[in-house]
Amino acid sequence: MTTAVPVIDGWFTIDEPPTLLGRRCTECGTYQFPPTGSWCPNPGCISEDMETVPLSATGTVWSYTDAQYQPPPPYVSRNDPYQPFAIAAVELEREQIIILGQVADGFGVGDLRVGSTVELVVEPLETDGETVKLVWRWRPVVSGEAGDAR
Amino acid sequence: MSGDVAVLGVGMHPWGKWGRPFVSYGVAAARAALADAGVDWKDVDFIVGGETVRNGYGGYVAGSTMARALGWNGARVATCYAACASGSAAIEAARTRILAGLCDLALVVGADTTPKGFLAPNAGERWDDPDWLRFRLIGATNPAFFGLYARRRMDLYGAGPADFAAVKVKNSRHGVHNPNARYRKEVSAEDVMASPVVSDPLRLLDICATSDGAAAVVLGSAAAVRKLGSAARVRIRSVSTVTPRFPNTAVDLPDIATDSAATVTAPAIGFRESIAAAAYEEAGLGPQDLSLAEVYDLSTALELDWYEDIGLCARGEAEKLLHEGATTIGGRVPVNTSGGLACFGEAVPAQAISQVCEVTWQLRGQAGARQVDGARVGLTINQGLFGHGSCVILST
Ligand SMILES: [Zn+2]
Repeated sequence: MTTAVPVIDGWFTIDEPPTLLGRRCTECGTYQFPPTGSWCPNPGCISEDMETVPLSATGTVWSYTDAQYQPPPPYVSRNDPYQPFAIAAVELEREQIIILGQVADGFGVGDLRVGSTVELVVEPLETDGETVKLVWRWRPVVSGEAGDAR
Repeated sequence: MSGDVAVLGVGMHPWGKWGRPFVSYGVAAARAALADAGVDWKDVDFIVGGETVRNGYGGYVAGSTMARALGWNGARVATCYAACASGSAAIEAARTRILAGLCDLALVVGADTTPKGFLAPNAGERWDDPDWLRFRLIGATNPAFFGLYARRRMDLYGAGPADFAAVKVKNSRHGVHNPNARYRKEVSAEDVMASPVVSDPLRLLDICATSDGAAAVVLGSAAAVRKLGSAARVRIRSVSTVTPRFPNTAVDLPDIATDSAATVTAPAIGFRESIAAAAYEEAGLGPQDLSLAEVYDLSTALELDWYEDIGLCARGEAEKLLHEGATTIGGRVPVNTSGGLACFGEAVPAQAISQVCEVTWQLRGQAGARQVDGARVGLTINQGLFGHGSCVILST
């Protein structure tokens, strides 16, 4: 029996609909991703009270590219032979933050434009024996309506 | 000016894929710089090394590794690591020690031996290291970041692959005349466009290689200059090693995400632009004063970003500047007269120092077929991973 788990703990949820998990300063409201700091990154704030919060599940593309050659380790390719994948840097409006991620399976650079809308999905990054390791990805919103891609 | 530090000597070991220990390149560059300065190694009272992280312990303590290789002389020692900015951090350590009156003659050396292929993170499982995580979770190589910047130029400003290729063509024509360059062959736009895509829209020939190489400079105080004689000396007018200001909204290697600008307004200028701004301010000079610039063309498209970041033109106008010929030798403000990373490939701890070597030769009128007529002021700029600014302004 296979089980699906996040490739890294605490960065995103995998139940539908998935979300990235960020931190937010309870003092000044500054967001942070990845959710790894235990103090506020704002130099004008000395708070050490960061709450974990879900981040916006849709955003606009800041830019995009792809990996035509297999990246070196520690990247693990799921496919043999290697299949190129796209990468997008996505701006979340509420959080005013840009987060990188792979682009969802089946989509490439031709499906993206600077300023176009994408939504968060989780998909397999690799399979390790019976365990499928999931990662967050950005999926182009084709119809212009989140949750209704393809 | 009494507040200036003089560049007494410069030297390089040619870039290539020589496969020898980095120390051997460093010694060659250091000896060349000392000879160029007319300075005896035994009189050097401060040595700074640019650290290399891919050559074992000797690379971590590059300053003392070089001191030992040249023969222990009792000099004070330091080693600097600031990723691609290591060389200018090392220059700044030497310069500030001279300006503090604590030393008269400083030797700065950077040398590297590099592996083949993509620069990958150090081995081991490191789930708290952003440089490791970007490969592990996303497969985001360095060229992927360059691809993001290049694509943004295309979608925002209408730039295209032909514009990027033209940067390579220009730099290859410059580098043909540089005996220290690794690639000394003219490249055509067709060559670039026919090379395979690495990270869309960038092709193999848009992206710089990694190389072995070394560069060194000898810096001196006013007292050292007096002692050596009255010859005109190139002066360091400013060094900018600034960090970003929060929130840093630029997508920067190796980070998976930017700072959030939700609660604090982003600075009026981005990080790369702020690196040059600090150097101009410290030197009391501006972009209009530049005779030439050496910018860090990790990719062809990135060179265009730098034109705007150092104020040679407005945002979105870099392609126009390039096609007018302004940044070609013979133009208004030639960029990468050395041939740039396009012709060198990157030797991380040596690269920023090599930029200073090129500007020094230009300001002395010793650049041969690459010479910029009447060069008076030159700027070098780059950026190191994890928020390291690197900009040096030199003048006659
Ligand atoms: Zn705060």
